[in-house]
Amino acid sequence: MMKKMVLRRIAIGFATLVVVSIIVFLMTSVLPGDVAQIILGQSATPETLAALRKELGMDQPGYVRYFQWLGNMATGDLGISKAGGATIESLISGRLGNTMVMSGLVAAISIPISIALGLWAAMHPGALLDRIVTFGTLSLISVPEFFIATILVLILAVELHWLPATTYLTGDETFLEFFKAMAMPLITLVIVVSAQMIRMTRAGILNVMSSPYIEMAILKGVPRRRIILRHAFFNAIGPIVNVIALNLAYLVSGVVVVETIFSYPGLAKLMIDGVQTRDLPLVQACAMIFCGAYVILILMADVASIMSNPRLRNPK
Amino acid sequence: MTENPELAEESSMPEKDILAEIDAVDELPTAPPKRRVRLSWLGKASAAIVALWLVICLIGPSIAPFHEMDIDGDDGFMGYHTNEYGTFYLGTDYLGRDTLSRVIYGARNTIGISLASTLLAYLIGITLGILAAVKGGWIDMGISRVNDAILSLPTIMLGLIAIAWLGSSIPVLVGTASIIYASSVFRIARALGQDIMVQDFVEAAKARGEGVWWVIRSEVLPNAAMPLATDFGLRLVFVVLFISSLSFLGLGVQPPAADWGSMVRENLQGLPYGSYAAIWPALAIATFTIPINLIVDDISAKSGGSLASKMV
Repeated sequence: MMKKMVLRRIAIGFATLVVVSIIVFLMTSVLPGDVAQIILGQSATPETLAALRKELGMDQPGYVRYFQWLGNMATGDLGISKAGGATIESLISGRLGNTMVMSGLVAAISIPISIALGLWAAMHPGALLDRIVTFGTLSLISVPEFFIATILVLILAVELHWLPATTYLTGDETFLEFFKAMAMPLITLVIVVSAQMIRMTRAGILNVMSSPYIEMAILKGVPRRRIILRHAFFNAIGPIVNVIALNLAYLVSGVVVVETIFSYPGLAKLMIDGVQTRDLPLVQACAMIFCGAYVILILMADVASIMSNPRLRNPK
Repeated sequence: MTENPELAEESSMPEKDILAEIDAVDELPTAPPKRRVRLSWLGKASAAIVALWLVICLIGPSIAPFHEMDIDGDDGFMGYHTNEYGTFYLGTDYLGRDTLSRVIYGARNTIGISLASTLLAYLIGITLGILAAVKGGWIDMGISRVNDAILSLPTIMLGLIAIAWLGSSIPVLVGTASIIYASSVFRIARALGQDIMVQDFVEAAKARGEGVWWVIRSEVLPNAAMPLATDFGLRLVFVVLFISSLSFLGLGVQPPAADWGSMVRENLQGLPYGSYAAIWPALAIATFTIPINLIVDDISAKSGGSLASKMV
């Protein structure tokens, strides 16, 4: 039962990735004016155009090119950037690492904070702290990431001079310098991601709290704190793991804005530069990486919630 | 509905033939009784702020002290000052334009584009969603699969792909945002429609021989209106965040037009010199989106719904 559901979910995830690749591929082939024309520019003659089209494989039908492109991507050949002619692998390789370090640190900081605060708020619903947390997180998820970043720059960099407003990574900084350079984008993303995670953790716990066995425990006279930590929390683990994976997926969109604000040399910054110069091969590659990561994280969230359901795990 | 005198009179006359009775039932008001929404003081204050922004949207140009593109200030990134052209209450931006006037003009672009996109998203989403719920079969299957594909991607990625492909202009922004957010409207409208389609009163209407469109217009839509209205608020906030994030990245509304997202971007460099020109438009966004979410939260808390949990 569970195996079947998980396999089915993985199959859907794979199908989504195929659809994504088709969308991303179509993006370039439906483009007004073709790549050969763009590369040759003014110096294009019908002969050179035809030759270059043949060289690029553009005389082949669309579906053949799609499979070639997909094959190249799978083997790590992401093509050549239109701007400067560097290979896209070389542009991406360093940037991808930076983005992953950032995302990993954000996850490591925000997950414990969010679960603790979410639990605390759920333990005292309606209390002052709960109201502050609920109102605060609602406000934080209602504003764009760049709002939070701008206010942080104003407070931490401009008024207090604690941290630099932009990130310069040269690769040979000491640990403290590295941390200082990373701090601003890191804090922004932790706030953005935690706000959502706290709300969802709190809602998940309160949802479990309305089930009959919790009512039984309340009637038995078990203190609320104990009910949450001993009874509710373990049944809310499934939904909470789900929340974590979902929020790491939301990190994808947060990263795009935050890297740009702080000029953090990550993959998202590279992609935005690509969109601005309309460097489509670069955008294609970055979009595939981001969408792939997103689809896989959502997939993990769904699998986690299937696995955490004891009824599905131990079928009768 | 139960207080309807016509119905009471009708049922007290048993000799009336059955056809006349059906006619009488047909004449009953088809809309459900209006549900009164009572807001808390926080909700009321929020509603007032949102209303104020909408008014500014409408009459903005006539109350703004300067034109959005006039460079009248003494210098860029100045604080409060007065010169021969007038008073600059919130100072000037990086070019020396009045920040207050640009925030007022920006309301039109940011709220206007977002509102247009959300309305379009609703038009597309509700039409397709209810169509899928009513018709079912392969129409439902087809639309739902495409919809799942859109929903399974990060919205900002879809936006970036669309802009890399088509370039940035207001029609591209509105089109992209409305298609992206139509997918979540579709899912809700379809679920609501399916719920309502199996209700007894819809069965009764169908049995009476009413057509599909009559059922949609008179039975499905009025019953789905309230949940959809609350969802509209949430969706509008998402669209504002989406559009202003793209503008902030320099890929949305293009200068010199005033837009809150791009205003933050262009004035960010003034922040280290103590200029608040980037802070005001950022606050404008916050004072529009936070109150909307507070109203939605208020309504869904009152109606006991789980709409708040959708706010993820």
